[in-house]
Amino acid sequence: MFPNAFDYAAPTSLDEAVDLLSRYGDDAKVLAGGQSLLPMMKLRLAAPAWVIDINRVPELDGRRESDDALILGALTRHSAIEWDRDLDADYPLLRETAALIADPLVRNRGTVAGSLAHADPAADWAACLMALGASVTARGPQGDRLIPVEDLLVDTLTTSLELDEIITGVTVPRPAGRAAAKSLKLERKVGDFAVVGVSLQVEVGSGGAVSRVGIGLAAVGPTALRAREAEAVLMGRPLGPEVIREAAALAAAAADPASDRRGSAAYKRDVVRVFVERGLTAVQHRLADGQALGA
Amino acid sequence: MALEITESRPLGKPIKRKEDARFVRGQGRYLDDIKLPDMLYLALVRSPYAHARITRIDTSRAQALPGVRLVLTGEDLAKMNLAWMPTLAGDQQMVLATGKVLFQYQEVAAVVADSRALAEDGAQLVEVEYDPLPAVVDPFWALSPQAPVLREDREEASNRIFHWEVGDLDGTERALRDAATVVTERIRMPRVHPAPLEPCGCIADYNAARGHLTWYVTSQAPHAHRTVLAMVAGLPEHKIHVISPDIGGGFGNKVPVFPGYVAAIVASISLNRPVKWIEARTENLTSTNFARDYHMEVALGADRDGRVTALRVSTVADHGAFDAAADPTKFPAGLFSIVTGSYDFPVAYAAVDGVYTNKAPGGVAYRCSFRVTEASFLIERAMNTLALRLNMDPAELRQRNFIAPERFPYQSPLGWTYDSGHYAATLQKALDIVDYPALRREQAERRARGELMGIGLSTFTEIVGAGPSSTFDILGIKMFDSCEIRVHPTGKVIARLGTRHQGQGHETTFAQVIAEELGLTTDDVLIEEGDTDTAPYGLGTYASRSTPLAGGAAALAARRVRDKAKKIAAHLLEVDEAEVEWDGQNFVAMGAPDRSVTMPAVALAAYTNLPHGMEPGLEATYYYDPPNLTFPNGAYVAVVDIDKGTGAVTVRRFVAVDDCGTVINPMVVDGQIHGGLTEGFAIAFMQEIPFDEDGNCLAPNFMDYLVPTAVETPHWETGRTVTPSPHHPIGAKGVGESPNVGSPAAFANAVIDALSPLGVTNIDIPLFPWKVWEVLREHGVAE
Repeated sequence: MFPNAFDYAAPTSLDEAVDLLSRYGDDAKVLAGGQSLLPMMKLRLAAPAWVIDINRVPELDGRRESDDALILGALTRHSAIEWDRDLDADYPLLRETAALIADPLVRNRGTVAGSLAHADPAADWAACLMALGASVTARGPQGDRLIPVEDLLVDTLTTSLELDEIITGVTVPRPAGRAAAKSLKLERKVGDFAVVGVSLQVEVGSGGAVSRVGIGLAAVGPTALRAREAEAVLMGRPLGPEVIREAAALAAAAADPASDRRGSAAYKRDVVRVFVERGLTAVQHRLADGQALGA
Repeated sequence: MALEITESRPLGKPIKRKEDARFVRGQGRYLDDIKLPDMLYLALVRSPYAHARITRIDTSRAQALPGVRLVLTGEDLAKMNLAWMPTLAGDQQMVLATGKVLFQYQEVAAVVADSRALAEDGAQLVEVEYDPLPAVVDPFWALSPQAPVLREDREEASNRIFHWEVGDLDGTERALRDAATVVTERIRMPRVHPAPLEPCGCIADYNAARGHLTWYVTSQAPHAHRTVLAMVAGLPEHKIHVISPDIGGGFGNKVPVFPGYVAAIVASISLNRPVKWIEARTENLTSTNFARDYHMEVALGADRDGRVTALRVSTVADHGAFDAAADPTKFPAGLFSIVTGSYDFPVAYAAVDGVYTNKAPGGVAYRCSFRVTEASFLIERAMNTLALRLNMDPAELRQRNFIAPERFPYQSPLGWTYDSGHYAATLQKALDIVDYPALRREQAERRARGELMGIGLSTFTEIVGAGPSSTFDILGIKMFDSCEIRVHPTGKVIARLGTRHQGQGHETTFAQVIAEELGLTTDDVLIEEGDTDTAPYGLGTYASRSTPLAGGAAALAARRVRDKAKKIAAHLLEVDEAEVEWDGQNFVAMGAPDRSVTMPAVALAAYTNLPHGMEPGLEATYYYDPPNLTFPNGAYVAVVDIDKGTGAVTVRRFVAVDDCGTVINPMVVDGQIHGGLTEGFAIAFMQEIPFDEDGNCLAPNFMDYLVPTAVETPHWETGRTVTPSPHHPIGAKGVGESPNVGSPAAFANAVIDALSPLGVTNIDIPLFPWKVWEVLREHGVAE
């Protein structure tokens, strides 16, 4: 209920934040939205000596678009994406995913980058951003480096960030062709961690053949996973029941879930199959109905 | 501005709740809102093991922490003879552990400090060494001779707490042998927790100079708690002032006395300063009283026409480490003997064995009149199994077996006298609202398409309002309740009752009862509860007993006031008392309808213009000892759809028709039904507190113990039939618990109905999607 005593710093520039991280290293935790860190501190599961609150760092706010990507500042809240319908034009999977996260209170405070840095395998953003081929930019004393989300997530609650590095933004590539997306999540109640989550986006070329596809899986492995073999089987073919079933079976095989109170490994794997099939079928209909962009 | 409620003849009207203005504006005053000068905070050190010897406790580091004022251990309490305390169930429970711990999260030491954070820091510094022992988790194993005996304090070397039985075993066995059909089922009602929004806590404020303890406590039964405290702590009862402030939900969780309470009182007496203890959520879920945890086995016999002939029930009740149930003393398994339900069984037998295990102690009556939910779930599930076996529609089976309206008062084979009911009419109303024949047609069409749709019924009978003094007491104190009414000179009323509401709406509904009897408006009547210095003695609010008992006392006290008022009215009207009539709002001179006086006019006269020789004032007190219990009942219909891919169940419709006798306030009744159905929904679909083989609690927080939000909660449709209780002063029966008692079986029966073409007759609740999926896959169903 009450955290251990800690010191608190609220830097007002990125350099200052990185400097603090360099100084305190393992004794420090970065506070962005606080939706994972603060509950862990209150339960005394996390007891950092220093909390570095980055909410007053102006460089981390806001977002911008380039010709080929959307760059989200590290303080972008889930709700900022949830309510921005303009994103649907180029980035249909983002709002699909944002709307499924926890509850409005968490969405109002929690941040996309914070969720990635926390590296909970059941988190929604990691699976979504893997499917989109997104990367994060990390700033350390040596400067910036770009890390694909897949390389960022090393293990449960473990990232490839150095102790003195901080995520400054998330880069989401713009689809080249017509794209449609779907996010599905099974939870026992609103706000529960996912039993299984599936985020997928499909781009098709002029002939209707799949030109790019990303299938991200949440809560079925030590990190979020990308169902590479399922993606591969879809490439170059038009979406149809048979290939969708094939891909769904491959995605289920790619899942590596653990048995727990949310269900057995066999159950979760089967829900992956069902969700990938449903998701791809929904995407197929969206593409056919002209709901997709770039049409 | 306060809400103005000026409607006359308020009984039965949807008066807005008077208490809501302060609750919705954040102006309630809950335990944790109260801060006394010089107050200290207490935190508890808890055991990480379910079963272990304590080999050493070192408090020196905690005591050295600046700001820590006191550290208490079981050894300290033992010197005061307070290491153990009695439970309401006649067992004893450790306050702070001595020798060994018996459940994970058990209270081992207490740290008192200047702030709550410091108290928790201090608790972290208490070093306890444990020598782990094998944990006894399975209650059936606990009963085997090989199992270690957990409770070394008892003379009896056994984990069996009690064996209780009722009914005619031989007759039941004979009838089962002769029955054309016998169905059997093992029905499990898992361990759950009432999980009120506000956890349990107290502030003990001992004043050594006055020898006086003021005790603010989250209590559903403040008078009983004061008496228990006087007996345990040796403080004189009149020098204990118990104040139960606004309560954020109780549901049975706030009936018992907890170790944290005793520790806070000892700390306050030791330090001569106020000490607050309030639980964190995990502490509430893991240590202060679970509910249910019944393993039931049923055999139900029927003749060729589907008429029930016999019921045999045997149950193992897992009470955890201490029997800390809050049942009436003569009823170790509560009122479980209501298990014959709404059906006319000629003969029945029920047995319950209470068992100790290495789990948190309990179990309380979670929104239920002492094990009535378990009984209702069992019989409603068993009737469903019988309908499946007979291939008979479950509504038809029930109609065939209901106790007929002309049989009331009905003598049940397990010893109860049901007061009233019209079960067939109540069920028919529910079937009409939901259009049952159309639903069955739709189900047949969907089944033909391979879809899984289910319709579940529950036609339950409760037993509430404990109870008559001939049978009911808690530690010897009879279970009456009380009301004291004072009418002030301007006709405004303060009424105090022995109950303590926690969200039920007493400030409105009891004001309606009294205003109706006195010809006033609800706004004229202020209801006060929860202060033992001012309120008359009563046993508190749980088991749906407030309306049956305190509600009866309120009506009868008001009638006493009216009796005296009538004499004053006669004086004012200058006629004989025999010539004065009460028309519901005024006293009227017989034969002269233009000559009347109002209650406020009489009230003023009671202080200013009395008949010669009459005692001044206008007030009355009534201690109501009811002649019988009341038997609310209802018919619930759940309609569900199952997702074959995930096993997830959607509740498409839920119709609840309740018969709680006279309705005091239909809006409050609907609110009670909505809340209880939501809890029943949670119990059926998402709640349980499981343990691993080492006795570790696997649902110690709201991440793992699930409480539904508005998003997943179904839409509730309510209806009513009104069959008044013939013996209650206004015919009311009590209603708060019906939906929690009646609904879990309706949900389970609906899911089983959907799966019944596969041959499924039972799935244990909670019906998590994975569980339904496993049943589907076992039967070769997949998307």
